Order: sequence, then structure tokens, then C-alpha cells
Amino acid sequence: MTSNAHAMTTVEHNPVAGLAHDARGGISNPILGMILFITSEVMFFSGLFAAYFNVRANAPHWPPLQPEGLAEHFNLHAEPWYALGLTIVLITSSVTCQLGVAAIRRNDRTGYIRAISVTLVLGILFLLGQAYDYSTIGFGLGDGVFGTTFYTLTGFHGAHVFGGVIMLSVILYRGMAGQFSARHHDAVEATSIYWHFVDVVWIALFSTLYVL
Amino acid sequence: MATTALTPAASAYRSGLYEWLTTTDHKKIGILYVVNSFIFFTLAGLLAMGVRSELAFPGLQFVHDEGVYNQLFTMHGTVMIFLFIIPILTGFGNYVVPLQIGAPDMAFPRINALSFWLLPLAGILMFSGFVTGGAAAAGWTSYSPLAQDRPLGMQGSGEDLWIVGLTLIGTASILGAVNFLVTIFKMRAPGMTLFRMPILVWTVLVTSVLNLMATPVLTSALIMLFIDRNYGGHFFDPATGGNAILWQNVFWFYSHPAVYIMVLPAMGMISEILPVFSRKPLFGYKAFVFATAGIGALGFSVWAHHMFTTGAVYLPFFSLMTFLIAVPTGVKMFNWIFTLWRGKLTLSTPLLFALGFLSMFLIGGIDGAFSAAVPIDFALQDTYWIVAHLHYVLFGGSVFGVFAGVYYWFPKMTGRMLSEGLGKLQFVLMFVGFNLTFFPMHVLGLSGMPRRIADYASTAGWNELNLAASIGGFIIAASFLPFLVNVAVSLRGGRIAGDDPWEGNTLEWATTSPPPPYNFDHLPEIRSERPLFDLRHGRTHAAAVLPDPSPAPQPSH
Repeated sequence: MTSNAHAMTTVEHNPVAGLAHDARGGISNPILGMILFITSEVMFFSGLFAAYFNVRANAPHWPPLQPEGLAEHFNLHAEPWYALGLTIVLITSSVTCQLGVAAIRRNDRTGYIRAISVTLVLGILFLLGQAYDYSTIGFGLGDGVFGTTFYTLTGFHGAHVFGGVIMLSVILYRGMAGQFSARHHDAVEATSIYWHFVDVVWIALFSTLYVL
Repeated sequence: MATTALTPAASAYRSGLYEWLTTTDHKKIGILYVVNSFIFFTLAGLLAMGVRSELAFPGLQFVHDEGVYNQLFTMHGTVMIFLFIIPILTGFGNYVVPLQIGAPDMAFPRINALSFWLLPLAGILMFSGFVTGGAAAAGWTSYSPLAQDRPLGMQGSGEDLWIVGLTLIGTASILGAVNFLVTIFKMRAPGMTLFRMPILVWTVLVTSVLNLMATPVLTSALIMLFIDRNYGGHFFDPATGGNAILWQNVFWFYSHPAVYIMVLPAMGMISEILPVFSRKPLFGYKAFVFATAGIGALGFSVWAHHMFTTGAVYLPFFSLMTFLIAVPTGVKMFNWIFTLWRGKLTLSTPLLFALGFLSMFLIGGIDGAFSAAVPIDFALQDTYWIVAHLHYVLFGGSVFGVFAGVYYWFPKMTGRMLSEGLGKLQFVLMFVGFNLTFFPMHVLGLSGMPRRIADYASTAGWNELNLAASIGGFIIAASFLPFLVNVAVSLRGGRIAGDDPWEGNTLEWATTSPPPPYNFDHLPEIRSERPLFDLRHGRTHAAAVLPDPSPAPQPSH
């Protein structure tokens, strides 16, 4: 961002400051916008987590013994290994995403495209893995409050991963079209922040649903 | 300035309608917000007329089905809050904030347009409930189990349309909040430090933080309710391990801060108006700013005062925090009163409405502190006393503030003045009608009349006051006729306003009325929170006209 120094000085001395892509130094508008948006997303997931902890605190047993016959499926703590695998996939994708950001910061477009492609594939792998998990987990959204909270929390996280996959596809396409350079890649920075956020939400989810 | 040269050419081949439908100019979007809000204000006002018609006399005369009555008050509350007050304040923020900080537009103009266009869509969705088997009828608070399908025979899709519409409005609010915050933090003109920002900008800033932090929590609540209703979820169903009080907690975690979202920008608007019409600076600028921030912060710790009678919340804490909010609010009252004190007052329409805000909001605020006391709240919960309180805050406060703003900024938006005579007529009608409607509700509530009922016994002793309230309601409705006439007459041939008809203090009066698409040719020096006052009194100089086309900043990716 220091490489914006030239644009910065011209705008600084302009009486009409703050054009749409202001560069008075510091964080750029799109990245600040993304950070603020993620703040709101944190609050969104806080609402869902609050609901989860509320029903869990009120339950006589957790995981619940009702409905009949599902208690063993509810016991996620006994078999966290598959979800742990998904966790590793997502954490790895965060690392490769950051490698892509580092590459484009030093103007290495090939490295950027390679790293973001890997990130995209890992993101899709996570989604497919989650879909497979849903198909084998043995209970549905309507199966007691456990099913409802489990599918709502993981489902909305999955929807955010899906949104992130779309964003990654866009920045990958734009990167292949040569639109990014060391100086201009706000979209890449913003997407990577979002992707790390999605990753952190999953770590919180995994810890809550499978470990705590 | 490439954009400066391009815009006139670009608008030459666009029709006017196309331009309004596709605009990304914050001023046009602001006007769209205001017009759209007034349309929904009219619709929600008609719903209120239905409510008051039914309650004028005991017995069921006007609506013969109590379910329809439930739809009337549910939609009245929802539309007034989410499609009138919040959007119209956002609209004024949209129009005025970039001008007041000397910016050419909002930070994200296209997201700004998206935020606006989600609103009419959401409104249409909510109202379409009336033609698909009944609109939402569980009150604007939509408590479970009322909001669930089964018990009340609410089989229509109205409640689901309500949820979807509200989610869209929430999304619009969140995007708008991001836009305002980036604009205010990143796009202020040189010299416009944070503590030189006009008070309206400060209140929009704090409101945006509230929107950003609270609205997504409402979204999560709405999604849970939607899942419960449509996909067999169990969040709010105690029979299967859910918790009905959970809805109330999550809902009020948004909806109490929403009270400040609905009033802080109106406070900001009258804080712009009072100094101008008393020819004095705002008394205690910094105290006002910190009081605003204090209200915003405390606003997150009081949501459960709506739930005292549930027995599920820790009463002393929420009662204490609610009393504490009276402190920063009281600070603001002193700011306003000492701004007026020994000022050279001009009793123009904007000042009259601002004084209406001051006096009516004071009553509403005292009502609020009163019911923050736990034993009193137990007696008053869900009575008409609460209806009186909330209308003194939201109508006596926010709506009077909105009209103060309309009369104050209309000349800037259109270039023409509104008639003072019609404006004062509207103010008198509205003030009288408002008090006639809502003051008796205090007494009705104290004598035990519950809210949200379509009928009451003629022997309950509530007949006269209900009739008075209904007459007052129709006077309020009548007060909009002079307003509509005023706007229509003024648009066709009102007096030309000029750049600065009020001798204002802030930057929006430094450009033409209406401003050009790029807002400013040049800005005065900004050395205080009143740059135009400084300029008028020779304390600063107008900056030279723009230097020759500077290299346009690089578009960033």
C-alpha cells in the first residue's frame, strides 16, 4: 500500500478530497468496507451461537437423549475425526490464500494464480465434504433442537464458504485476466480477509460442536 | 476532474425516469429514500386510521374480524419503524452527510443504490401478505409462539413475507452502515477533523455503528424464526427443547438499539437547526458528541428492560442500565436548552418542529425513565401507557425531527422555499393532534387498558379517552394535507432559495441549491465545526477555485 504514495500526494492537495477511491493514506476504502462488513457478520454468527448456547444450557442432557434412537448420532464428540479433516482442509486453504496475497504483493502473478487456484479447490472440497457429512450424519434439521441448531450453524457457515468460493472464483478470473498487480489488488486483500473470517468461524464451530 | 466533465454529457441522452432508476448520486438516492419513506408513511398512517377507527367506540364497528385488526396494528408498527423512520433518517443522512463533510459522494455509490432499492422490494413483499391470505399479525415484535403457525390459525404466508421483507431491510441497513462509516472515516475534506464534523455526521456515525452491530443479530433471529416456521425447526418451541424467551432476547438485542437508530439522527438534525435559528453555536459540542457515543454504548446493555415480566432476566442490572441512559440524554437536553438560551430566535417552521421534538421527546424520555423502575414496569407492561411512551419518543421525537429536517433541507434539495404559513399550520395541527391522540393513552394505560385489543367493554371507563385519541389521530392525518399542498405549490413555483437561505453553519450551504452532481466547485477553509460562519465573519478565506484538472486517482481493484 505504500506504493500508492504518488496517488496519495496528488489527492492530498486537492481541495475536493475524498474521491471514490480516496488514498489519503492508511487503509483503503474497499478493505475498510470489508472489515466493517465482517464485523456485522461476527454479530450475525454471535446471534446463532447465542441461540445454541441458550438451548444447550437449558437442556437436561447434552447431547439430548430425545428424540428416541438419535442420541448416538447426536454424540458428535465421540467421532470428531471427519470434521477434523474438514477443519484441516479449511485451515490449509487459509494458508494458501495468504500465500496468494503475498505473491501478488510482490507482483508474482503466476504464484498468485497458483495459490488462489489451490485455495478455490480446497474451498470446494470443504463444501463437498460437508455435503457428504450431512448425507451420512443420521439426523435432520427437524430432529429436535440439536438437529435444528446443528444444521443452522453449520449450514450458514457453509453458505458463507459458498460465498467465499464465488469471491475466490472472481479474483482468480480477474487475476488470470491480468487485472491485479502489486499496486492494485484491493479485491484480493478483501477476499482473503473474508476467507480467513470464514475459517475462524469454522474453528469456533468445530470447537463448540465437536470438542466442548 | 474527469467525472465533472462527463456527467452533463451522460445525462443528455438519458430520460429523467431512467436517470432516477439507475442513479448512484447520493443526493438523488437520498431524495428517493425520502419520497419512498413518505409513501410508506402514508400507507402506515392509513393502517393507524383503521386502528383508531375501530377503537373510537366500544364494540366492533370498523373491522369485523379481530384477525384483521391484528394485521392492522402489526403492519402499522412494522412499516412505520422499518419503512418510514429508519429509512427517512438514512435518506437525510445520505443527502446531507457527504455534503457536510465536503465529499463528492458516498464511498460506495452502487452499494448505496442497492441499499435503497431493497426497501421498496421489502415493502411490496410485506404488503403482499394482505392479498395472499392475511398479512403478518403477531405484532411488530412477533413473539413466539404467536409468530408460529399453529395456535392462532395464521395459515397464510403473511408472517413469512414479513420475515423475508425484514431481512432485506436489515441487509440494506447493514450495507448502508458500512457505506456511512467508510464515507465518514475516509472521505472528509482537508481540515475536517473528527471534532469539526457537524453533529448530524456524528449521530449518523454512532447510528451506523449500532446498525452494524445490532441489525445482523435481528437477521439471525429472523432466520431462526423462518426455519422454525418452514423447515420444522425447534428454536422457539419449548416442547422440543427450544426456548420462547430466546426470541425475545435476540429480538430486543437488536430492537432496543434500534430505538436509538430511530432517534439519534433526528437528534443530530435538530442539533443542526437549533444553532442556526438561535444564531449561536451549539452549546457543549464535545459533551454532545460523547453523550451520543454514550447512548450508543449503553444501548447494548438495556434490551431486557422489555422483558422484565418474563422472570427470565436479571432485573437490577437492566433497570440500572436503563436509568443510566437518562444521563447522556439529559446532557443533550441541556445542550439544546442552552443553545436556545438568550439566542436571537427566529421562529421559522424548522425551529418550531425542532422545539416540538425537544418538548415531546422530553415527555417520552421521562415516561421511559419512569417505566425503567421494575415495580412500575410490572404494572404498566403491555398497557396503553407503553403505547403512549413509544409514540412520544418516536412520533413526538423522531417524526417532529424529520419534519424539522424536511423544512430545513427542502430548499437545498429543490432550490425552492416551502411556504412558512402552510408550514406553521401543519405544525399546529400536528402538535395538537399528536397530544390529543397520545396523551390520553397515558391515562388509559394507568387505568388498565391493554394494548393490541380490538374491542373493550363500554363499562371499563375508557370510552371518552379513546374517542379523544381517535379524533386526535384524524387531526394528525389532516395535518399532512397542508404539507402535501405546500410541497406541490413550492415545487411548481416556490420562492427561489439561493445557496444559503438560513445563513447556515455547515458545508452543504456552501454550494448551489440543488448542488451539482459533484457537490462542490471549491470549499471554504475548515477551521471549526462552523466553516460557513467563519467565512461569513472573515475568519477564513474561501479556497481558490479548483486547480486545473489534477490527475484523476487511479481506479483501484
